Amino acid sequence: MGADKDLAVHCRGVLKTYGTGEAMVTALQGVDLEVRQGELMMLVGPSGCGKTTLISVMAGILDQSDGDCRVFGQDLMHLRNHAKLAFRARNIGFVFQAYNLLPTLTAAENVTVPLLINGMGRKEALKKAEQVLEQVGLGARTRSLPSQLSGGQQQRVAIARAIIHEPRLIVCDEPTSALDHETGHKVMELLKGIALRRDRTLVIVTHDARIFEFADRIAEMDDGRVIRIVTNSSQLH
Amino acid sequence: MYRIALKMLMGDRGKYLGIIMGLTFASLIMTQQPAIFVGLIMRSYSFITDLGLPDIWVMDPEVQWVDDIKPLQDTELYRVRGVAGVAWAMPLYKGLLKARLPNGMFQTCIVVGLDDATLVGGPPRMVEGRLADLRRADAVIIDIDGAREKLSQPPAVPGGKRIELKIGDTLELNDHRAVIAGFSKNTRTILSQPVLYTTYSRAKQFAPRERKMLSFILAKAKPGEALADLTRRIRTTTGLAAYSREEFMGVTFRYFLKNTGIPINFGVSVMLGFIVGAAIAGQTFYSFTRENLRQFGVLKAMGTSNWTLLRMILLQATLVGMIGYGLGVGLTSLFGWAMRNTILAFKFPWYLLLFSGIGVTLICAFAALISIRRVITLEPAVVFKS
Ligand SMILES: Nc1ncnc2c1ncn2[C@@H]1O[C@H](COP(=O)(O)OP(=O)(O)O)[C@@H](O)[C@H]1O
Ligand SMILES: [Mg+2]
Repeated sequence: MGADKDLAVHCRGVLKTYGTGEAMVTALQGVDLEVRQGELMMLVGPSGCGKTTLISVMAGILDQSDGDCRVFGQDLMHLRNHAKLAFRARNIGFVFQAYNLLPTLTAAENVTVPLLINGMGRKEALKKAEQVLEQVGLGARTRSLPSQLSGGQQQRVAIARAIIHEPRLIVCDEPTSALDHETGHKVMELLKGIALRRDRTLVIVTHDARIFEFADRIAEMDDGRVIRIVTNSSQLH
Repeated sequence: MYRIALKMLMGDRGKYLGIIMGLTFASLIMTQQPAIFVGLIMRSYSFITDLGLPDIWVMDPEVQWVDDIKPLQDTELYRVRGVAGVAWAMPLYKGLLKARLPNGMFQTCIVVGLDDATLVGGPPRMVEGRLADLRRADAVIIDIDGAREKLSQPPAVPGGKRIELKIGDTLELNDHRAVIAGFSKNTRTILSQPVLYTTYSRAKQFAPRERKMLSFILAKAKPGEALADLTRRIRTTTGLAAYSREEFMGVTFRYFLKNTGIPINFGVSVMLGFIVGAAIAGQTFYSFTRENLRQFGVLKAMGTSNWTLLRMILLQATLVGMIGYGLGVGLTSLFGWAMRNTILAFKFPWYLLLFSGIGVTLICAFAALISIRRVITLEPAVVFKS
């Protein structure tokens, strides 16, 4: 498994079905994919092709039905529940299309959540949150509630939340879909500029062609499979 | 994380207040209704508790409770006095008689006739005058609440103050003069009739010609005499019923419970309070959780354990429970305080705190349980659902 050491994610024959019998849906029909450490990989493809399902498996919040998926060499599916929670808390960051901030917490408090889950004290966590909010350009809005922020600002808070605990993998589902072009561009610049590092990998699901340029590699999916991987968006279609 | 749980709940003002209102309502009903119930129950035997001196009550075996008077022959008194272990035994007359007020109106009173020599069985407390004043000619003592309420007369001029009886005023009972010699303070009885004390022999004159007059024999055990033994001895030697004070209270209390339907009425009120409170609070709490499922899902995805989420929800339920309970109990106390000088029966013993506390706890546990179930079965993958 020497090669695995440089891989953030390694999927082989990953199969996922929802439901049983007549109502059974096959969302992933044998995905093979390698995501390298420190790269920004995009997952693209038509709606319903299994992109969200695939990053859910990678993030350890969904178990595949068959096949093998290792994240930093860990087979998450076969980890005990407690260890899996700890793995997610330590190693995974999330960015969502709908931001998913806790509406009654301030920006800074929202950002502290991953640290609190990892057992850090509140005071220390808040201090760190303020620093990270500074980094994403929201140093002046630490006490604002999500409802007092624009969509782009909320997504920046979400990015701060995704990086504050220094995870090794950040999964993003359509992070720019709810934003206008310019704001989406800024969010991508932040993700690429601050979130991505040599020891931190980003997997971003998107169908927004305008941000393809930020990708190191793009995996194109269709019908539950990765059909091809390109390094330049001009190679698509 | 607990702070986050509290902020989640308190940040949602509408639901937060809704849950607290539901719990306050439930806790209020579950405290205030039983308090009135306990007040009424205590009034049912207040005639017995107000009579502190004797420790044994002797009466006709058919008597079912304290207001169920079945008179005895006067000679029974001597038989009871003759039972070994009895220190003393005194007669007591208790009956309902119509008193004619100075303005010619009539009011039914509880007339209590006390042993002429000892005046055993007098009121718990005198407000004005002395019990010994009963020895004066035609003297009676009436309870102050009765004097102020049912025995007071309409004002002389419309809109004026009601005319209260005062010492020296006269009433008429069956054409016999009765002069007010003092006022006592009694615990209210269930129907709040005025109580009028006089001597046993004078009560005999007031009462219409009856063959038998002796309502109760009040007895005291000799020091060191076991009450249970003595009451048994009185029963077997006289064929009468003999109860210790507590036993007679119990007999009265049980009769009252069985024959008035009052416990059912209060039970229904309390049940309704519980159910309505549980419905409002439980429903709102659950809908709060449901609306926050996505937030719980996000916390779960980020690595929060079910165990932590469970404790967060329990904390939320505990918070609203304590606030609702506190407000409900506070409102009940306020209610009791506001009603302290009225006819309303209200007693707030400590065990009612426990009772409503358990009720509120059950509601909160139920609300928390359904919410916890929902959150624990939640799949963290929902976070990516749009
Ligand atoms: N929880 C679920 N239950 C049943 N079917 C699901 C569920 N989630 C996704 N699917 C189905 O699986 C397929 C892939 O879904 P998804 O991974 O969300 O695709 P994408 O993100 O590429 O649009 C779709 O056909 C979708 O309807
Ligand atoms: Mg999707």
